[in-house]
Amino acid sequence: MKALSWLIVFGGVCGFFSMPEAKAAPKILVYCSEASPSTFNPQLGSDGPTFTAASSTIYNRLIEFKYGTTDLIPALAQSWKVSKDGKTYTFQLRKDVSFHSTDFFKPTRKMNADDVIFSFERMRDKNNPFHNVSGGAYEYFKSIGLDALIAGVEKKSDHTVVFQLTHPHAPFLTDLATNFAVVLSKEYADQLLKNKTLEKMDTDPVGTGPFKLVRYVKDATIRFSANKDYFRGAPKLDGIVFAITPDPSVRFQKLKTGECQLIAEPAPTDIKAMEKLPQLQVLHEPGLNIGYLAMNVEKAPLNKPEVRRALALAMNRKEYLHLIYLDTAELAKNPIPPTLWSYDAGIKDIPYDVKAAKELLKKAGYEKGLNLELWTLPVSRPYNPNGKKMGELMQADLAKVGVNLKLVTYDWPTYLDKGRRGEGQLMQMGWISDTGDPDNFFGNLLTCKAKEGGSNYAQWCNKDFDREVSAAEKTLNKSQRISHYKKAQAIFARELPWVPLAHASVYRAISKKLKGYKINPIGVEEFYPLDLAQ
Amino acid sequence: MIRFFLKRVLQSIPTLFIVSLVAFGMIRLLPGDPVLILLGERGGSPEVVRELRSTLGLDQPLAVQYVKFLKEAVSGRFGQSIVSHRPVSEEFWSRFPATVELGALALLFAIGVGIPLGIFSAVKRGSLWDRLMMGVSLFGYSMPIFWWGLLLILIFSVHLGWTPVSGRISPMYDVNPWSGFLLVDVWVRGLGWEGFVNALKYLILPAFVLGTVPMAAIARMTRSSLLEVLKEDYVRTAKAKGLAPLKVVVHHALKNALIPIVTVVGLMFGTVLTGAVLTETIFSWPGVGKWLVTSVIARDYPVIQGGVLLISFFVIAVNIIVDVAYVYLNPKLKGGS
Repeated sequence: MKALSWLIVFGGVCGFFSMPEAKAAPKILVYCSEASPSTFNPQLGSDGPTFTAASSTIYNRLIEFKYGTTDLIPALAQSWKVSKDGKTYTFQLRKDVSFHSTDFFKPTRKMNADDVIFSFERMRDKNNPFHNVSGGAYEYFKSIGLDALIAGVEKKSDHTVVFQLTHPHAPFLTDLATNFAVVLSKEYADQLLKNKTLEKMDTDPVGTGPFKLVRYVKDATIRFSANKDYFRGAPKLDGIVFAITPDPSVRFQKLKTGECQLIAEPAPTDIKAMEKLPQLQVLHEPGLNIGYLAMNVEKAPLNKPEVRRALALAMNRKEYLHLIYLDTAELAKNPIPPTLWSYDAGIKDIPYDVKAAKELLKKAGYEKGLNLELWTLPVSRPYNPNGKKMGELMQADLAKVGVNLKLVTYDWPTYLDKGRRGEGQLMQMGWISDTGDPDNFFGNLLTCKAKEGGSNYAQWCNKDFDREVSAAEKTLNKSQRISHYKKAQAIFARELPWVPLAHASVYRAISKKLKGYKINPIGVEEFYPLDLAQ
Repeated sequence: MIRFFLKRVLQSIPTLFIVSLVAFGMIRLLPGDPVLILLGERGGSPEVVRELRSTLGLDQPLAVQYVKFLKEAVSGRFGQSIVSHRPVSEEFWSRFPATVELGALALLFAIGVGIPLGIFSAVKRGSLWDRLMMGVSLFGYSMPIFWWGLLLILIFSVHLGWTPVSGRISPMYDVNPWSGFLLVDVWVRGLGWEGFVNALKYLILPAFVLGTVPMAAIARMTRSSLLEVLKEDYVRTAKAKGLAPLKVVVHHALKNALIPIVTVVGLMFGTVLTGAVLTETIFSWPGVGKWLVTSVIARDYPVIQGGVLLISFFVIAVNIIVDVAYVYLNPKLKGGS
């Protein structure tokens, strides 16, 4: 009798665990994302999870990046013209684009110039009724200076929009292809205005993109269904589910057990284990990023170029690639990665040369050595997965040339704040491009304007370098831009405000059932080109 | 009884006021500016930083910000999140049921296993079983949740495949939240037993992990409290009268041993909410713990101060309920002592 009871209990337990998981829905991709989106309006966000959830999923932009590249392709704008002075951009819009039809909004017209103007006026015009809705910070739009650059957006006809700029800015088209620059529905905005529910614009989105938002369960799942009326044709997937999973090792386990088919940001330490699993495919591409050591040129003795060069020579950077990046990165010598146009492969690499470093230090008057403070990166980033360990390696390397490093770190916000104020001496930093234009590196990280803006952590302001970058920004002629950027790279190599460290490769692990996947160089995932094998 | 209850409620008001002050002050003592975190490596010109700070109301004097926070708390909105731009109360209530569901199952497991374990150890005092069980409970009590959670995922989810790795229900189920309690919502949304079993599978492992420490504490408290009571004369009398040992322990000794156990259970509610921060992070459980961790990293001031205040409110409420339960268990306390 007792044995029989145990058998029943055992049978019950087995039955419980073997009950069917779920009804298999056709072609639903499960993507294990790393965090919740902060909003469903990319204009208001500046984080990867928001851009992945909304930018190319729910919305479109006037111009977009070709999948897996940084080449610009027409999207909502089918063509465009730039005036000779580079200050007027005229966009011809497509006439066949529909906004999503949902339970709460039924569009009565196709997308037109009013939608484009409304989308940009919401960010620009403080009197726009939607400007202050949902906090209205528009940090991305402002941080790349578009609020000051765009003088006006005008409607020339129902399908022609003109952007007037205050000054020529060659990366403008790339800026418009960036994730934040989505086109919202003016008709939907009018409906919300009438109903006095303005905030729904950002929580219950209506876009033109390949998928419609079905439901967001906070911090748990985001569910999308295919937009069968998408102007590029219906997506191959019937839907997508984002399973929000912040821990990278848990994401890996979920991929392994088949609970998701694609995961965000795999941990570098898991890559080798992933490669051994037959059900998975590991892809990698050179990343549009740079990890560097900023040397604050305003703090002695780092104001002397020979001291900066000596520090660079004394670092065994190839060893860092092996120990820190686990051989998943490329040695850097320029401030931009080799995959970006205008990269100068002719610049001489910085060798590991302890003897030369000692001589330079002697020449600079530091033969008895010197003490410096090194700030180690407090967060793990693709461009530097382990700042502390790298700091220890740098400390050991520089000790050989008589430079004593004191390792210091702060929590991430303090690190950024103090770095911005130029309080550090040596500071580990990095950058991941979000536009694929060289100006996104040069202009954003190394110019005098960037120093004022707080993103030039070396506090380096060189007039010659600035002149080249500024000239490259103002001309639309690509070969001229390349020439200016090459000159800028030569100045950088001579002055060395940074020790360029590495360009980390981007890794992705996917289920072999997932078809058509490409790594997006700007980091955000796109789902429209994907398919699932049954 | 009502007077006693009201007295406790009134006493909690100054406590909540102090909590609001501490939550408001502590997060601002932490270095790091929310605006700079929003901008990240990209940075922003001093004008952009100034404008963003002004938009978020962070340029006002601290006293003004605090009064604004109190006003928002009294209105029930608790301010607006810097990151999501949504009211804190809305963000909290959409996540709180998930934490309650997890915490309730964890406490149920802790009580359901901890008390019998403690009784068994007390009755078999000094035996091998007693030592073994107390060893197990000590092991459970000293277990770091993070490590314990990952270990169990590896064993039960990856190797044995018995439970899912993380989440709240299979992503294939589209459950439109009704009450926020998934075990209820699956019935409301017509998913029936299949949905219920699926949701339960996702709940078991995190609840077990979260319940481990309270279970160990309850087991140890039950044992020591029961051992005290078992020495009493009336227990000896009951035994002498020839009552069955089980009846002596459960009917006579346990009720008198319950007061310290109830105290521990009340305190464990706080422990469960603290543990939820880690458990929810490991198991991607969409509750308030994970939400608070993310908000601290982003220095989302309104969320942290509002979230801490709301959680403190619930901890205090549970402890008031525990106080009332004392009175029920020990009528001597009715005098208000």
